[in-house]
Amino acid sequence: MDELLSEFLTETNESLSTLDVEVVNLERNPDNPGLIDNIFRLVHTIKGTCGFLGLPRLEAVAHASENVLGKIRDGELVVSAEGVSLILASLDRIKDILGALEATESEPDGNDGELIRQLDAMAEGVLAPASDVAPDPEPEPAPVEAPVEPDLGPERALKPGEVSLEELERVFQETASEVAAPAPKPVAPEPKADSGPAPTVNAESSVANQSIRVSVDQLENLMTMVSELVLTRNQLLQMVRTQADSEFKVPLQRLSHVTTELQEGVMKTRMQPIGNAWAKLPRIIRDLGHELDKKIELQMLGAETELDRQVLELIKDPLTHMVRNSADHGLETGAERRAAGKPETGNIVLNAYHEGGHIIIEIGDDGAGLDVEKLKAKAIEKELTTPAECESLSDQQIMLFIFKPGFSTAKAVTSVSGRGVGMDVVRTNIEKIGGTIDLRSERGKGTTVTIKIPLTLAIVSALIVECRGERFAIPQLSVIELVRASKHSESQIEMIKDAAVLRLRNRLLPLVDLGDSLHLPRAEGDEGGPLDAESEAYIVVTQVGAYTFGIVVDQVFDTEEIVVKPVAPLLRDIAMFSGNTILGDGSVIMILDPNGIAAETSNAAGHEDDKEAAVEVQNRRADDRMSFLVFRVGDEEPKAVPLSLVARLEEIERETIERSNGRMVVQYRGQLMPLVTLQGDFELEESGRQSILVFSDNDYSMGLVVDEIIDIVEDELNVELGADRAGFIGSAVVGGKATEILDVAHFLQQASGNWFKRHGDEPFGDGGSERHILLVDDSPFFRNMLTPLLQVAGYAVTSVEDADKALELREHGENFDIIISDIEMPGMDGFDFAQEVKSAGSWQETPILALSSHANPKDFQRGRQVGFNDYVAKFDRDALLDSLSQTMAMSGGAA
Amino acid sequence: MSEPKTTTSSDDGPREFVTASLAGQLFGVPVLSVHDILSPHALTNVPLAPPEVAGALNLRGRIVTAIDLRARLGLPPADREKSMSIVVEHRGEPYSLLIDEVGEVLSVGDDAFERNPPTLDVHWREVASGVFRLDGQLMVVLDVDRLLDFGQARAA
Repeated sequence: MDELLSEFLTETNESLSTLDVEVVNLERNPDNPGLIDNIFRLVHTIKGTCGFLGLPRLEAVAHASENVLGKIRDGELVVSAEGVSLILASLDRIKDILGALEATESEPDGNDGELIRQLDAMAEGVLAPASDVAPDPEPEPAPVEAPVEPDLGPERALKPGEVSLEELERVFQETASEVAAPAPKPVAPEPKADSGPAPTVNAESSVANQSIRVSVDQLENLMTMVSELVLTRNQLLQMVRTQADSEFKVPLQRLSHVTTELQEGVMKTRMQPIGNAWAKLPRIIRDLGHELDKKIELQMLGAETELDRQVLELIKDPLTHMVRNSADHGLETGAERRAAGKPETGNIVLNAYHEGGHIIIEIGDDGAGLDVEKLKAKAIEKELTTPAECESLSDQQIMLFIFKPGFSTAKAVTSVSGRGVGMDVVRTNIEKIGGTIDLRSERGKGTTVTIKIPLTLAIVSALIVECRGERFAIPQLSVIELVRASKHSESQIEMIKDAAVLRLRNRLLPLVDLGDSLHLPRAEGDEGGPLDAESEAYIVVTQVGAYTFGIVVDQVFDTEEIVVKPVAPLLRDIAMFSGNTILGDGSVIMILDPNGIAAETSNAAGHEDDKEAAVEVQNRRADDRMSFLVFRVGDEEPKAVPLSLVARLEEIERETIERSNGRMVVQYRGQLMPLVTLQGDFELEESGRQSILVFSDNDYSMGLVVDEIIDIVEDELNVELGADRAGFIGSAVVGGKATEILDVAHFLQQASGNWFKRHGDEPFGDGGSERHILLVDDSPFFRNMLTPLLQVAGYAVTSVEDADKALELREHGENFDIIISDIEMPGMDGFDFAQEVKSAGSWQETPILALSSHANPKDFQRGRQVGFNDYVAKFDRDALLDSLSQTMAMSGGAA
Repeated sequence: MSEPKTTTSSDDGPREFVTASLAGQLFGVPVLSVHDILSPHALTNVPLAPPEVAGALNLRGRIVTAIDLRARLGLPPADREKSMSIVVEHRGEPYSLLIDEVGEVLSVGDDAFERNPPTLDVHWREVASGVFRLDGQLMVVLDVDRLLDFGQARAA
């Protein structure tokens, strides 16, 4: 873009935001000559520059409003609401044109005739009754130009699009000097151009002369350099700290002080008064007042409070939104206020101040306050809470519902608020920059929203933690507290199936194992398995939005001030990290992003290569992924068996294989374990090592002889059923190859006829009479996999493919000892099915187990609510049998 | 005899390369794109990163992403902590390429240049801009930009 043009745009935009404030001020203080002078001058400069740059539309509009302002300044017109509205309208028009200009670099087409006509009419006094204007058809008065160009004789008034020679000259000189030496602010009031009340203007311009414009980039650069310096300083300090008596100590101390001061100094240059973010507000409030017919007074306290410009940009919109909200929803109409015995004019107070490294901003109104009963009704209607739950909530807690997504109390969507941007968006934006938001409200007295935000985003305080030998930084802002969990202390990790939770002040805190989330390998010699109740660990209680969870780490060090640097582009896809930094000891450390961790865990997204996680499988329905153990035996065709059914992989010496009663057996863990082969009796070689897969149930085991274990593959289940070979369920594509899936149950039976009898001794066996199980699962694979399994365990099994079929059985008067139901099923799902079963009918007393491929605490809870007795992961055979036996025992065998 | 020049050679006369050896093979990186040569450095592991990323290291206050050249070129892994590295820049970001050993700065004439033989390993053909015939051995010239483009290629 043309340098001249871009300079013009920057300056004009600046002038316009000043104008917005000043014009509204003028309306309130019509008799302040300084104000009108300033306004006039700004508009005049805009007009002049437009003419010079050849922007006729802009110039015409600016010119017309300048006329009106000139009349006001000369006392020929009185400041009126209409007049101010009209001026503001013309400023808006100028902004629109500027916006288009910035985008296209040329003036957009359009017609401003109507606006200019109105402005002209106003200048002629048609719309301003209380004025002694002569009805001159060409009323452009000399004073319009005169004070600005005192040396310029009042000739003929300029028509839109025309520029006087002198003015052109002046603008040209200004612009030229601007290009040559960009130091002084050219639009800043130049004393020579103003013959009006000089003293105040002079004071202003001398301030302007003492400041220079520096590009934001340059400041950012400077900030980066200082950050580096701070880091190096920290590094040096750390090195010297380890030496008891170092000659570097004193000079380093000084370096440290100077660095700190430098850092603060540079930070200050990035600081801007919060008033900059408020500049738009008086105008907005004024317009709102007119639109809503409310009298509103806006008070702004602490406008000079400074904060980082990056933060400032980010809170601008949330602030505007909240002020709009206060005016629209918070304050009552004049009539209502009078009825409530309050002054007719409503107050909105903005207050900003520093408090311990944070900025506090309060947005308060003296309106009606929040109606707790209405909020309750709304929250229940929006299903954010239940009536029962509502009763136990405090008023304060109920008020906080307005920050929940999908909540808006305005009865009607007005043009003012209710633009689809709710308070939840405000909260999200504030929290994005590490801020917090709170709300206080008193019925009839008003509402105050308090925002707490950090001063700067560049340097943050971070907690350094260690997990499986690696260090990570967690931004302190999202950390609520640290808990040390061990089995001897009050805080103990508890397990719900595979989900670890921590009881924290009567709430269950879901836990995330950082090492697992990051797929960190366990250090050698680290015997720790997955998290369990025995685990001793530190838990970093973290909050992301409304979601609180615990990050489990091995070690917590101290906190350190860190400078967040973006990660290399190569690594930007990893949502777990928000950046990286260099610590005081010079090492690089990754900064964890709690948002990323929360997102990863709350939707339990899985990773292809995570074999451990295969048991708690991720995807829904029949495309469930599961881990297969792929092996070869006999022919070349790969065979597979679900990994979860395999207890262990063993290699045994062939010499140890014995024959007993015509079967191959091997002594294994103090017992005789039968070995079976796939091909009936095929001859094993005499010596060497033999791989076997061990299938185990309680303390009874069976070994399957295989030639070679090829791999463990995680893949989707897509089993073609109807294998014609005994011992196989069918074929599936596993790891890209056609693979035969083994029917484990077949071999279990083959291994030992005793298998059933042994189970007859189990506590739930009840003297040999078979327990009857109803299995409801839409996946044929699972029906086929589980049925033999359960049969082998001594149950009689009836399986159906959906809830409707199951309910049909109930209609027919069938009875079962226990029902096992899948959760995700087409048609009626498991939850609904359980509810149906428990609500009425002959199965009301029948225990029911949920079977699911993804078990998270929420599902677990819901399952319990609708009447499931237990919740079991689909591939966990042991857990299923355990749970069956327990449930049977609990129901007392009374079926 | 001499083949026409390919993409990276733009001016005539001898060209200079920093040589490095990796699994017994000599490689050359254009000297102008080399910012630094580093002795073995402590690396910070970056979990969940692509396998070619060996970690991150601190180079005078800058965070440099270390690339395991062996992984990138499909060679068997070596001890990353003992590898020297060549620091290059790609799209304004510093990267260090882990190698076994740094050689010398070598000036070679264009007449010794050959294009990639068509039989070259696909991995290598992708990142090599040609081969120089030296006395007794061949030097494969690495194209730094293409070498470090794997992230983009993968994302696309």
